[in-house]
Amino acid sequence: MNAITKPKFLYSKGFDTFKNFLFTLPAVSIFTIFYILPFYFIFNLSMHEWNGISPTMTFVGLENFAELMGDEIWWKSMWNAAYITLIALTLQNMVAFALALACDRDIRMKKFYRVVFFIPPVLSEVVVGLIWRWILEAGKQGGEYYGLLNYYLHKIGLVSLVNDWLSDPETALSCIAVVHCWKGFGWGFIMLLAGLQTIDKQLYEAARVDGANSWQTFKNVTVPMMVPVILVVVILTVLGSMQVFVLVMSMVGQGLVYHTDVPVLRILSAMDGTKRFGYACAMGVNFGLILIMVSVFFKIISNRMKQA
Amino acid sequence: MKTINRIFCLCLCLLVTAGLLSSCAQKEEDPNTVVMWHWLTDRQSVLQELADRYKDETGITVKMELFAPTAYSQRIIASAQAKVLPDIYGILDKKQTFASFIDSGYVAELTEEFEKDNGAWEKSLFEKAINVNRFEEGNVYDVKPGIYGVPVDVTNTQMLYNKKLLAKAGIAKAPETMDEFLVAIEALKRVGISGLVSGWGESWMAGAFASNYAFNIMGEEKIMATYKGDVPYTDPDWIKVFRVFQRLSQAGAFIEGIVTKPNKFAEQDFALERAAFAYNGSWCVNVYHNMNPDLEYGVMLPPAVESDYPMLIWGGAGTSFVVNASSEKKQKAIDFLKWFTEKEQQAYFSKETRNLPANKEALASIPEVLEDFAKMMDRTTHPTIWKYNEDHVVSEKFEKGLQSIIIGEKTPEQVAQEVQEAKERVMKRQAR
Repeated sequence: MNAITKPKFLYSKGFDTFKNFLFTLPAVSIFTIFYILPFYFIFNLSMHEWNGISPTMTFVGLENFAELMGDEIWWKSMWNAAYITLIALTLQNMVAFALALACDRDIRMKKFYRVVFFIPPVLSEVVVGLIWRWILEAGKQGGEYYGLLNYYLHKIGLVSLVNDWLSDPETALSCIAVVHCWKGFGWGFIMLLAGLQTIDKQLYEAARVDGANSWQTFKNVTVPMMVPVILVVVILTVLGSMQVFVLVMSMVGQGLVYHTDVPVLRILSAMDGTKRFGYACAMGVNFGLILIMVSVFFKIISNRMKQA
Repeated sequence: MKTINRIFCLCLCLLVTAGLLSSCAQKEEDPNTVVMWHWLTDRQSVLQELADRYKDETGITVKMELFAPTAYSQRIIASAQAKVLPDIYGILDKKQTFASFIDSGYVAELTEEFEKDNGAWEKSLFEKAINVNRFEEGNVYDVKPGIYGVPVDVTNTQMLYNKKLLAKAGIAKAPETMDEFLVAIEALKRVGISGLVSGWGESWMAGAFASNYAFNIMGEEKIMATYKGDVPYTDPDWIKVFRVFQRLSQAGAFIEGIVTKPNKFAEQDFALERAAFAYNGSWCVNVYHNMNPDLEYGVMLPPAVESDYPMLIWGGAGTSFVVNASSEKKQKAIDFLKWFTEKEQQAYFSKETRNLPANKEALASIPEVLEDFAKMMDRTTHPTIWKYNEDHVVSEKFEKGLQSIIIGEKTPEQVAQEVQEAKERVMKRQAR
């Protein structure tokens, strides 16, 4: 019986490259179809004037981007989102870190707390928004406030603090930011707790042997070991907070003047209200680029900190 | 191992080929099934019941597919782009969008059907409701004149008053003028009752309320001239419209938080007797009945400011459906809509859903409060029947301006100036 000899080209370097390309093809195709192509279409649309229905579009070049640069409401919405993000980065992540530290210790019912702290993130944003709206309601019936917060402020004698929380430009955005933190701290908590549990306990013991107190141990052992996790939490917080909008809609409807507008709401308004799909896409591209820049910025910081 | 790998690869290839073939193949459609997309979450069971009755009578199945109201408009637009619109659907948007759908060939013209048998179908329905679906000769959208949709119920937006709370404050009758209304507000405040509640977190409602006063203060001609760009928003009459809100706000007529209140919350407030007056559409009869069946209330026009022009209210077709122009079952879809708007079906639909029927003859069996709403159908007007519509950017500025006035952030003059600036920007863009 003759031995079957495989053709020579099967052993060539070119065929190897082809095989490698073939194996990556499914992933590349999926990435192209679901990421590259939509992004291309959005960018292409952003250079057109189109009402979303008509079969024809008008090419306007970079006009939509130029108009966007002078759109004060758009930049105000960006500032509002940045404000929510700032509150989330500080308040939300500090609470998450503090609770993660508490649950990392040997305390009673720590498993119960872990479950409880993770309830807000799994709730629907609409439900959370409506519940908090009910808590922050300002109306009165029969001389009693029916919003839970005002009711208790009134009951405990803090009448001067009673407020129309969601219709006051001074407090509306802060209320949304606080509720956003309440809803989101569970994610940070879980990730930070997981990070804390990966720290080698021997490091703490060594620090204790060296005479370090709790604060020194936290500052010199916990924080440096947690830097990579903290950076991931920070990036996710920034991306999540900048894109908040369901919560805003369920708490203040279409917004309190422009004091509670956020970028996604403006994009929706351009698309659904004015039917300017091209302009909405220009907003989307602009917003996406800003988020990419923020992520890259944090990535650079992360790399530098790792090197240090 | 090699054999297993070969079998696995073969299966994978077959699966991919089958997938490709099935996606390329045309879906077989049942010629006796008409698909209708709607957003009427509270009326799905009634619609389904009517569809079942229609099947019993004609053998034609009408498949009712319900979608979330919040996402319905986007779904329709996306389906139009993908050319997968159903046989019957509704366009929940401005007349301009409606015109774009017609212009793009997604909506069938129904004029001929309405005119058949001496216009029997057209005559059976409220004219104002038909007009919402009609494009007149020389319309600004350049749409071929005709009727393009079928109204299945009608609606109008008025003010409501709680009889018990008014009596408690010693108010004998519902106020008819703004001065009377402000006196009533004072009386209500003395007994600790809030005045007016409405869902102005949904800004179109505040815009509609302002529009009522615009009609009362300056009449339709001047409003249209403003939308066209001939009269500025800084005109004294427009400032008068903005001042209505300032006056009401300064008198403490609004319930706390009105500017961000969603209409569902506002409806709850009125149903739970937290406010004496509400501004809401006729659909509220069903909502209030479900929330508080014992609520005693009446219907009134918004209190007038001037007497030169009548107070007009927003209204017309509440729900309209159109037929897909490229549907192969176009005639079957039209036949179903004709049947749906007949007296018998309309009476059932109205009775079960507590909404005003589009068929005039079906009015006989509606509740008293709905009758009061129906009496004012002659006073209705709506952006969908106006010659000109305001651009969304300007409307948004206008509605946000109303919020600013209510919360005391800006004066009517400042808001008028800002709205006019927005109008000028839009006109410049449109000219480009």
